Amino acid sequence: MSTALTITGLEIRRGSRQILNGVNLDVSPGEICGLFGASGAGKSTILRAVAALEPFTAGRIDFGDFSLQPGPVPKESRLHALRKRVGMVFQAHSLFEHLNALDNVTLAPVHAHGISRTRAGGDARALLNSLGVAHRADAYPRELSGGEVQRVAIARALAPGPMILLMDEPTSALDPARRGALGETLRDLAGQGRALLIATHDMEFARAYTDRQIILADGRVTAI
Amino acid sequence: MIAEGLNRRPQFVQVAWSSIEASAERGDFDVGMSGVEDRPALRARRAVTLPYFEFREVLAVRPEDRARVRRLADLQGRKVATLGSTMAYDLLLDAQREWGVVPVSYDDDVHPYSDLIAGRVDAVLLDHVIAERALRRTPGFVIQPEPVAIGHYVGVLAKNNAALRDSVNEILRARMRDGSLEKTFRAWSVWDDSQAKHFERVLSEAPPPGGVKDTRESGVSSITAYLPSLLRAAGVTALLSILSMAIAVSVGLGVAAGRVYGGRLVRAVLAISVEVIRGTPVLLQLFVIYYGLSGVVRLPAFAAAVIGLGLNYAAYESEIYRAALEAINRAQIEAARTLGLSEVQIFRLVRGPQALRLALAPMTNDFVALLKDSSLVSVITVVELTKQTAIYATNTGSWIVPGILCAAIYLAFSLPLSRFARRLERKWSTA
Repeated sequence: MSTALTITGLEIRRGSRQILNGVNLDVSPGEICGLFGASGAGKSTILRAVAALEPFTAGRIDFGDFSLQPGPVPKESRLHALRKRVGMVFQAHSLFEHLNALDNVTLAPVHAHGISRTRAGGDARALLNSLGVAHRADAYPRELSGGEVQRVAIARALAPGPMILLMDEPTSALDPARRGALGETLRDLAGQGRALLIATHDMEFARAYTDRQIILADGRVTAI
Repeated sequence: MIAEGLNRRPQFVQVAWSSIEASAERGDFDVGMSGVEDRPALRARRAVTLPYFEFREVLAVRPEDRARVRRLADLQGRKVATLGSTMAYDLLLDAQREWGVVPVSYDDDVHPYSDLIAGRVDAVLLDHVIAERALRRTPGFVIQPEPVAIGHYVGVLAKNNAALRDSVNEILRARMRDGSLEKTFRAWSVWDDSQAKHFERVLSEAPPPGGVKDTRESGVSSITAYLPSLLRAAGVTALLSILSMAIAVSVGLGVAAGRVYGGRLVRAVLAISVEVIRGTPVLLQLFVIYYGLSGVVRLPAFAAAVIGLGLNYAAYESEIYRAALEAINRAQIEAARTLGLSEVQIFRLVRGPQALRLALAPMTNDFVALLKDSSLVSVITVVELTKQTAIYATNTGSWIVPGILCAAIYLAFSLPLSRFARRLERKWSTA
């Protein structure tokens, strides 16, 4: 079975600091891969490199029919294929504060992908509904609880229809009950054939809801 | 000469021409002289000396208009320059009502003539001594021989200083009789036949000829006479501020975007420009734009005022926008990027709208400051609210009523704006 995402020999150096030192990993469609490690181990950096937010020094990130190379991050105009394929859910403060939940979700489909406002609105409501936050469609980020913020953020990342979903510390703002609900949501998303790469330091969550745990220390994969 | 007669040592005190009367009343000096015009209202308010010099209000025009423009009535719809708060300015206001002449008020007696030669105004109406001195300094215009009006220069003293005034009058009469005043006037080339006749009349105590009808009132009754012109001037202030702010906002946005997104060279050029504009007085910038550039581009005064204030405030606005743009959380921008929005879309849909919210309250505060700074443009002949108030105050000899009216109008503009700014601040701070 072909992988959705393959990282080979990924190295990132910032000045004299070696942040990633030859990371290899891959994620298959339908798989939830947990990226585990202490804070500062480089989990978020890997996600940011895959999302083309961070340049890398050496190695290669492959998405099947296209790939990212070492060197500066390519211009946005050359990242269309990647942006449609890869969605990312940030740790905090990433919902657009001046837009309500629904508009947060429809912004990219309407403006970046040319989908009509009516269709994008319908799709967004369906997404919010599947994540259990349809009733909060008109609320602004500051009016949402931590769990609601996260579900709206997931809906927004899913709106362009990515088959790879990156999540940075998804459980950090959640109480234990909500963590379980999030885990079920992730299983559903993987069940639809998506590849999920999740950076977390919550080992309990990782064991319960990911198919595979990759442990990162000193910029290397130390255990799978 | 007068001090000598009083056995006192003269001491020169410099004040603005339009403040001579008020300064004399305050006691900054005993006798105020320098082309102070004799008026019944002035005599009613202060102790005034006898008229020691007779002047003629004369029209100066460009040589090619010599035959065509002889009187104010020939200047329908044309611009005529003079000094603010003078008899000449009043004559022009009358001519505006009667013949549609457009008065242009200056703060000094040099620029009216250079602007006449440059074609910015079509005539200058001022005292003949000023006109003749200007002609010696900058030839290029002609003085029409027929005077528009006759007036007299007097010395002004505080109202309770009448005894000193009487001594001064005695000295002046004596110097008129013994010819020493004539000698002084001749030395300064301002002696002519009319002075001789004038001296005769003064010494025989006959009432002087000419003079302008004095319709000026002071106190509360002056409100009805001056309120319409104050309100018109308030309109100028409002329009000037709004147009300047429009320039400040659009140029400021461009500069801020350049400083946040531009390359190193663009950023450096913009940073230096902003510092130069913020680090120099707006008054200097107005002079440079209006007079300094007049060889290259001859801007109308109002346009120069709008551009000068607009560019000055653009520097401040650009700093507000830059700070606001940089205050937007990086996660917001990165999230927008991962969603596939282009840089332009991110600016237009995510970063710009959020920065605007942060910028709105300081922008409103700046607009209030601009409203008040707009009073500076009177130096380039735009008559706005403060200038009109000064004219009103000089004419009525008191700042109390004009000051209260002027302050009330400014507050009527600025208080609602400040309230609006505070409400915005509260609204977004809870967001």
